[in-house]
Amino acid sequence: MSAGQRKLSKWAMHAILIVLSIVTLVPYGWLLIASLKNQDDFFSAIFLPPGDGVFGIGWDKLTLDNYQNLFGLGFGVNLVNSIFYSATTALAATLICAATGYVLAKHQFRGRNLITVVVLGALIVPPTLLLAPGYELLYDLGLLDTAWGLLLPLLAPAFGVFLFRQAVIQSVPDELLEAARIDGASEWSIFFIVVFPLVRPMIGAFMLITFLGMWNNFISPQIVLQTADKQPLSVAISQLRGVYKTDYGLLTAATVVSVLPVAALFLLLQKQFISGLTSGAVKG
Amino acid sequence: MSAGGIDQKRVLFSWAMLAPFIVLFTVFVVYPLIQSAFLAANQTFGPGTRTFVGTKNFELLFSDPVFWKSITNTFIYAMGSLFIQLPLAFALALALNSQKLRGRGIYRLIFFSPQLMGLVFVSILGALAFEKRAGLVNQAIAFILQDPKYLEIDWLQQHVMATLILISLWLYVGFNMIYFLAALQSVDKSLMEASEIDGANAWGKLRHVIFPSVKPVATFVVLLSMIGSLQLFELPYILLENSGGPENSGLTIVMYLYQNGFDLGDLGYASAIGWVLAIILIGLALVQVKLTRAQEVRP
Repeated sequence: MSAGQRKLSKWAMHAILIVLSIVTLVPYGWLLIASLKNQDDFFSAIFLPPGDGVFGIGWDKLTLDNYQNLFGLGFGVNLVNSIFYSATTALAATLICAATGYVLAKHQFRGRNLITVVVLGALIVPPTLLLAPGYELLYDLGLLDTAWGLLLPLLAPAFGVFLFRQAVIQSVPDELLEAARIDGASEWSIFFIVVFPLVRPMIGAFMLITFLGMWNNFISPQIVLQTADKQPLSVAISQLRGVYKTDYGLLTAATVVSVLPVAALFLLLQKQFISGLTSGAVKG
Repeated sequence: MSAGGIDQKRVLFSWAMLAPFIVLFTVFVVYPLIQSAFLAANQTFGPGTRTFVGTKNFELLFSDPVFWKSITNTFIYAMGSLFIQLPLAFALALALNSQKLRGRGIYRLIFFSPQLMGLVFVSILGALAFEKRAGLVNQAIAFILQDPKYLEIDWLQQHVMATLILISLWLYVGFNMIYFLAALQSVDKSLMEASEIDGANAWGKLRHVIFPSVKPVATFVVLLSMIGSLQLFELPYILLENSGGPENSGLTIVMYLYQNGFDLGDLGYASAIGWVLAIILIGLALVQVKLTRAQEVRP
């Protein structure tokens, strides 16, 4: 390939990538701007409404009314619910899976192999199979329409145990545990002081994955929670669409409010997230 | 303290650490899993109202045209993922893998970003963007082709499957690209150089060096994407407002499970659907394991 051809193909590559970037990014801009427009302006312009401000745009037509209406309808409660459910699940599931994964990787006791096999076997059970019997169980336990009913079934994911078991096997040497025991450390302090720091990348990644998973979880809260005040954003927004189907300003504002906290969290922690995402794939 | 005492203490510690997981896992995974087998042999009208029907649920299911429709739709969607989404993701990963490409970090972040929105919220955005007239998609097509007739494309009524696949492209191409990028990092650089010295062209390098070394990750991504696609629920549920669309043109397997179990209250029929889906998924996973094994055995 000549230098000229090489340059041409480089520019062609950038042209394609830029077009794809625009296709990826434009919906965000559309969403954000739509949430700042009233209903008339939504129909009069795809993006910013025309007017006599700078660049011929009616900046004064942009409004926060949609957001005001949204929180007036009680959407703030759903936002708080989402934060609470996601944070609780992330913390509890991480702790439970880390403890289980560590013990299965490093401790000898009768029944260990059986538990390991059952946990690994559970990885192939599709969660949708458990929807109907899980619902019946929550009904029998009287946990329907409660936070416990939503959270308890999600705190023991076999996938998490599998990940932490792998992480401990890979990054916690036996000698270190023995040395700590000889120094007289209790088993509990070994777990929290020696093991925890060594699997910290996995803890960060798993917490983030679990947090996002709960934030975006729709089917569980949709089935378990009936009271509007208990629902997270995912369910609340789908009901909002049912009622205000043509109120584009309200629906786009609700989407912005639902997505922004998570996007911010991700941008802060993106390195950990991507490493956690691919850890199962590359090492497996 | 005797050695026996220490051992006992350690075993006690082990079980204390395991206890929360074992209790929750037994109650909320193992028990429902067993119950789902019993439920599939019953008809219910809401929870706690079982009537034993034997294998009738499965007999009904296999002669239920709506169920077959949902299977067809779900597989069309899965094929869309397999033959459009994954090749695109791989092509993007190849493009972004070049060390010389400027701005690759930014491109990578941009293409991955839709994943941050989560399926439910993407579904809401998609529902609005694919509206007739006011929606972004039709506005854009009409603007680019300079013809207002394109404002009338009725995506959500007449092109349901295409809409689902297009939205999933936007959402998942960048996500799968991340896996392929990670796999490409592991391609042996010296092997690449050697093939360059041997005068291999781009296609030769792709075929003889890159494909073989990304194959394990590729089979993993294919499996992951199939498992996800076959359980598609939120996107059509929100787009079509739980209706299945005109003539069930957008009904998926999990949506049909949901409608039967939670709209009509027949948790038995829903469990039967769940089992058929589970068997399809487990079958796929076994095929994948077989394929991976076969690769390892080959010299």
